[in-house]
Amino acid sequence: MLAWLTDINRLRIVKIQDVKEENSTVKTFTFHDKYCADAVPGQFVMVWIPGVDEIPMSLSAIGADGVSSITVAEVGEATKMLRKKKAGEVLGVRGPYGNGFALTSGSVMIVGGGTGLTPLMPLAERLAELSAKIVFLVGAKTRDELFFLDKIETIVPEVTATTEDGSYGLKGIVTELAEQILEKQRFDMIYACGPEPMMLKMFLLAEQYNMPFQASLERYIRCGIGICGSCCIGEYRICRDGPVFSSEQLRKVRNEFGLFKREVDGKKVKF
Amino acid sequence: MSNRLLTEIAGLKLANPTMLAAGILGMSGLSLKRVAEAGVGAVITKSMGLKPRIGYANPTLVQVNCGILNAMGLPNPSIHHFVEEIDEAKKGGVPVIISVYGFSSKDFGEAARVAAETGADALELNVSCPHVERTGSEIGQNPQLVAEVVEEVKNVVDKPVFVKLTPNVADITEIAEAAVKAGADAITAINTVRAMAIDVETTRPILANRVGGLSGPAIKPIALRCVYEICREVKVPLIGCGGVTTWQDAVEFMLAGASAVQIGTAIAFEGLGVFKSIAEGINAYLEEMNFGSVKEIVGLAHRY
Repeated sequence: MLAWLTDINRLRIVKIQDVKEENSTVKTFTFHDKYCADAVPGQFVMVWIPGVDEIPMSLSAIGADGVSSITVAEVGEATKMLRKKKAGEVLGVRGPYGNGFALTSGSVMIVGGGTGLTPLMPLAERLAELSAKIVFLVGAKTRDELFFLDKIETIVPEVTATTEDGSYGLKGIVTELAEQILEKQRFDMIYACGPEPMMLKMFLLAEQYNMPFQASLERYIRCGIGICGSCCIGEYRICRDGPVFSSEQLRKVRNEFGLFKREVDGKKVKF
Repeated sequence: MSNRLLTEIAGLKLANPTMLAAGILGMSGLSLKRVAEAGVGAVITKSMGLKPRIGYANPTLVQVNCGILNAMGLPNPSIHHFVEEIDEAKKGGVPVIISVYGFSSKDFGEAARVAAETGADALELNVSCPHVERTGSEIGQNPQLVAEVVEEVKNVVDKPVFVKLTPNVADITEIAEAAVKAGADAITAINTVRAMAIDVETTRPILANRVGGLSGPAIKPIALRCVYEICREVKVPLIGCGGVTTWQDAVEFMLAGASAVQIGTAIAFEGLGVFKSIAEGINAYLEEMNFGSVKEIVGLAHRY
């Protein structure tokens, strides 16, 4: 193999080791891959569902033993077919791709919404190892959509869930809770992943309270290696420059972030 | 950057002989502007047609042992939705060349006309995409169809017209001659080489479209031979494309007869700094070899 072709770009066929139902709509698939074992929290893999599609998925666990996982909710045809996979069946993976989160010690706030929670799991684990003081907030529409709470509790002492209908935890939206906390407490870093309007709100709060911020963004991804241009936001490529962006970078894409995305044909459309 | 690197192709002035290849990062104006700011001589957009296209399902790209295989399927928002992007791209301060495709010569003419109106500095005709039916190489493999497309476009636009050729033909010079006879102002050689990959464990073709185009180092010797052969037969400027990763690759193409080179796949491995590093490498070579201008080395290999 030529020196400039990289091992992480090779498509590897991995066997699904275990499938865990997190709730009625979300499943976690574990697999063994030595390149994923070296991933940075926040990086993603391109997952090939043979005969169906290839989709970007954040790693929801990065095991030092080589066992990593992806966590999937049904959002379209590809995730529907992926969720039908059983232990012993195979997937293709290439990556891990992207930059991942920049780690901090000190006190941090982590805010996850919906399946945006997935890249925040290995992040919280790594931050806990660095003895960061973590305030973890999880938002969902309703109780049935919540997942990973038990796992988060094993990592951090302080986790608060919000549901919009009040069926579990505090009633309301997670950004309102975040704002109440930010009024009283300073953090060395705020991390967020979830629906983009939620991340925009968190970014604006971080700006208002003058605290550093990182968010993991999502767009339609094709190549994963920074050449096709499908996943651009402003001057950035989600797959290569992101998916994690700092406040400084997000300021540069203020007229797209949370407002516009690109369709599969490249047309810029409102969120 | 040094004056030695200044060059000109069909009236377009380039600060250095590197270009962003079509299909690479050309979906948005800000991406093109960023490449311009990274030191490229000119940028070429993704291929635009008359109607929006979503392209093929993923996998659209896979790395093979000697390069990259892709079948994107010409995704684009249509030339009509690209005006705003071109305005943004032009702020990068380098020539912006719009790549267009069509399913007939009339389509090509109309897409080129709209592209020229949006402010393209030049057009590049994609008669070489190796994996979309009824366009690309299905046109570009037939000298008569190529001539019809080029004539139609030249009739409706007064901007320089580049024609990007496919290597998937028996004799590429025949196609180049037909394009030039019909009025092409420059020839780009080559587009990707039709190719495929099969996964042995699942026994499936990997690309959703099964067949795609190979780019990267594997195709450089093929592209170089194409430029060398075309250079002997036509008098218009040539642009080399295919596997350019280092300044030595770029110089090779110029010695074979190319006035400039296009770079795409190398960005995946070298990053956006690849344009500047290749331009600087060419400059150092020219200085070392006592050439006053990059134009002096174009076609030098033909002396032997």
